[in-house]
Formats: sequence, C-alpha cells, structure tokens
Amino acid sequence: MGKKVAIIGTGQTNHCSSREDLNEMELVYEAASAALRDAEMTIAEIDAVVLANMELFEGRALHDMWCGEGGGAFMKHSFKISTGGTSGTSGAISGYYHAASGLFDRVMVVGFEKHSDGNTSAGMALTDPFWDRHVAAAAIGNFALSVSEYMADRGVTQEQSAKVAVKARRNACNNPHAHLQMPDLTVKEVLESPVLAYPVHRLEMCPQSDGACAIIFASEEIAKKRCPRPAWVRAAVTRHDHIYLGEVKNRLATMRSLREAARVAYETVGIREPLKEFDVAEIYDPLTYAEIAWYEALGFCKDGEGGRLIDDGITQMDGELPVNPSGGVISTNPVGASGTIRVAEAALQIHGRGGKRQIPDVNLALATGYGVYCWSDVVILSSRPD
Amino acid sequence: MNDNGEKMVLAGKVDLPFSYSAGKTASRFFVELRDHQKIVGKRCPRCQRIIVPAQLFCKECFVETDEWIEVGPEGTLLTFTVVYHKENHHPREAPLAYGIIRLDGADTSIVHLLGETDVAKLEHGMRVRALFSKERKGHIMDINCFRPV
Repeated sequence: MGKKVAIIGTGQTNHCSSREDLNEMELVYEAASAALRDAEMTIAEIDAVVLANMELFEGRALHDMWCGEGGGAFMKHSFKISTGGTSGTSGAISGYYHAASGLFDRVMVVGFEKHSDGNTSAGMALTDPFWDRHVAAAAIGNFALSVSEYMADRGVTQEQSAKVAVKARRNACNNPHAHLQMPDLTVKEVLESPVLAYPVHRLEMCPQSDGACAIIFASEEIAKKRCPRPAWVRAAVTRHDHIYLGEVKNRLATMRSLREAARVAYETVGIREPLKEFDVAEIYDPLTYAEIAWYEALGFCKDGEGGRLIDDGITQMDGELPVNPSGGVISTNPVGASGTIRVAEAALQIHGRGGKRQIPDVNLALATGYGVYCWSDVVILSSRPD
Repeated sequence: MNDNGEKMVLAGKVDLPFSYSAGKTASRFFVELRDHQKIVGKRCPRCQRIIVPAQLFCKECFVETDEWIEVGPEGTLLTFTVVYHKENHHPREAPLAYGIIRLDGADTSIVHLLGETDVAKLEHGMRVRALFSKERKGHIMDINCFRPV
C-alpha cells in the first residue's frame, strides 16, 4: 500500500479549437502556472514533473523534450506518459504513484494537446501497419462499429444519445474553460447534424481542442499543511484490454477494462452502491453512446438501464449523481489533457472551487479515463484520507 | 499448407499535414525578422537574462518575460561543425556548416547555418553577422545564414 496522497491544486487553460496566441509549450506553461497559483506554490517547491500527451497528433516526436520546460521540468525529475486517450488519467495516476512511493513530496502532472497543430488522423494513420492501418477509418469509424452493436444489444435509442449531448453542452456553459458551450442545443438539432460514421452524428462526438491541464499531488504532511480541503486519492487503477478490435467482443456493452478497473477501485474504497455513494462523477465520454455504456460498466445501473438514467435525469446537475458538470470530453477534448481534466474536475469538486459548476457537499468523486480502443483508468477521490 | 519461408516487409509512407502555432511571442520575433530585419529577445524580470529568440517565459525562473530588446545582428561564434554526410532532412546540401552564435546583447545563443565563407576559415570565437534573406516570410530562414564579419 502506498503512502497517503492528495491533490492540492489544479489549473487549466481556456480550451478552444485553436489557441493561436500560444504555442504548445506555452499552453503547458499556462496550465502549470495556474495550478501553482491554485496550490499557492512556487515551481521551486515541485520535485517531480509528469507530462501526458498523445503521440504524433501535433507532428512532433518527443513531446517531453519540446514541452517539458513549460511544466517547469528544468533540472527536475521528469518524464512522459503516453497511453492514447488515457494519457491524461495515466499521467495523473503516475503522479500519484510518484508521491505515494514516498520518494517525491510535491508532484506536478500536466496533460496537454494542441490539436490545431495537426489532427487526430495523423496519429491514427500510424496505427498497426499490418492489420489496422489499411482497413479501419480512425477514431470515429472505430467507435461507430461498436455503437451500432451496442444499440442493438441494449436497446439504447438515438434520442437518449442526443440527450447526453444536450446535457454535456449545457453543463459546459457553467465551465469557463469549456470549448463547446451550447445553452440552447436541442435533441432535434443533435440528430439533424451530419452523420460522421453511421450511426454517429457530429454533435454526438467530442471536438478537437487546444488545451492543457495541470494537477499538483502532495504527500500527507504537505497536503494537510497547504490545502484547506485536500482531495485524497483513495484508488487509482489501470486496465488494458486487447488492442485488436477483432479480439474484443461487443466492446461498448462489455467494456471489461472499465468494469475490472471499477471493480478493483470500488473494492479498495469499499463502495457497494456507486450511484448512491458518489457525489459526482467526471467520466471520459468520447461520444454520447460511450457515456451511457459507461453508466452500465461503472455499475451506476444494471446493464440495459443506461438509457433510463439519462431519460430520468439521474445524471443531470440536480440528479442523484451528476455526471460531468464540466461538460465532459463531449464538450472539451484536448486529448492528452482530457483525462487529466477529469481528475482535476473531480478534485475541484472536493476542493469546493467549482464555481458555477460546483455540486454541493462533494465528499466522494469518481474520475475515469478511456484510451486507445478499450483501455480504462479509474480514480476515486475523497475529502477523507481514509 | 507449406511454409515457403518468405518474409514480408511492408513499405510505409504517410503524408500528414501540420500547422504549428508559433504563439504570440515567437510570432512577433518572426514579424520583426520579416518586416524589419531585426533579431529580438525578451528580458526575464527576475534573472535579467535577455533570452534570444524571444520566449514567453523564462524556463529557469518560471515567470513571464517582459521587456523586448533588439540584439545583434553581429555576434560571436561559440562553436561550429561542418556536416559532410547527406540526409534527406538536411536544410541544405552537404557539406553544410552550422554553429551556435551569441548575438551581441543576448544572454542565450541562437543556432543557425554558417555561410558565404570557406568553411576552412571558421574559428571558435570569430565575429559573425546575420545575412538576411531577400524574400522573407516570417520564418527562421529569413536569416539566410551567419557569415564572418
């Protein structure tokens, strides 16, 4: 068992489709500086820096080399985590490991992506050269394959999917950092947007954003001294499934990496009824259908009831378990930062610094990451260290 | 089904477009090069170093730089090499010379090509001067090269 560790500060850039005012390293700097201000720390106090980013999306190799100094890594222990879409949560989990090992007391994690420098198809065009690259059509197409299967299996409707999009973009209006803020979006508009890959409409999919997010992890002694309401890391679990889609059965419906990561994390913390026990969840929803599938995989409801949760408003801001008060990945997606943002937003809710998106009295918060085709991270934060 | 022992090696080539944001600070550096043939740096308010090319923040002090300062166009050649082997991604046909130049007034150095000289005449510590390109686009190659004074 590792030592007790808490998140004591977070910081984000304002995310949008193109931050032309800053280059990639400067985006990292903006987020890292914001986290230092939030934690009332100086860079000199940080003793390790972990960077998280997708490979190749921006057409630069070795991002830790070109962007590390933006995270304050000059003359510090530093390296990069890159696990696809989970990079941001895996980076956060790595930051937690650094502090939980007892070897580092104050660890800065920065997830970042400058999508406008390139595009997702750049990275996706360099997938496996034998089996994947010549037959699959990147992220959206690969998702759509699983969506139609999931709909048929669980009876999820297009209207339920569109309701997730509406919830996300409305929640995003309360988040000054969010990319897509659409207060008046309707189910009809979502379903009338162009089909990107059957059955997925454009407004059901996440955008591509420029942005960065930083988190500061601290040892128990420092967290208690420096933060009035630390967000204690109670569980951090990563699971990777097969990488070839032909080997994964009914991906969205089973999502066994998320189910297994959640099972282990819930057991660690002693959670039996996640819907009742969590006060808020920030889950990595690359598209609307995934959010409904994750409700089931995370045990918020039984299999086949995910659509009902959105129909009944259970996951709305005023519902029993608000999911993604930030607007989620569907509203903001600087990929390498998207997972870091989930953990930061969960921490923010415990810190009580959520502003207009704050849920009252958050003591237990869930954050998840989703990456590659079916990798998952689960992080549980609490206002109590044990 | 007999294995004839043949081993496959797949050829791969990927054509990927990128569009790198320079950001407001490097953008101004490039505009000064293009429009005024000036090389500019920025001063760190904490350590007082004049950083060239201009940077948004001081990587050692982790604070934003503030004052814009023109440096060069002459400076001192700190070190150099002459590259004789050929690579597709080299900026110019080999043999090509490049070096690290501390421009007058700067506290950090710039890496650039050396030209308009017999490479045998290059020396550590020699004085060099920026030769600006006739057609300038707002790019590091708006400096064609540095040449001995």
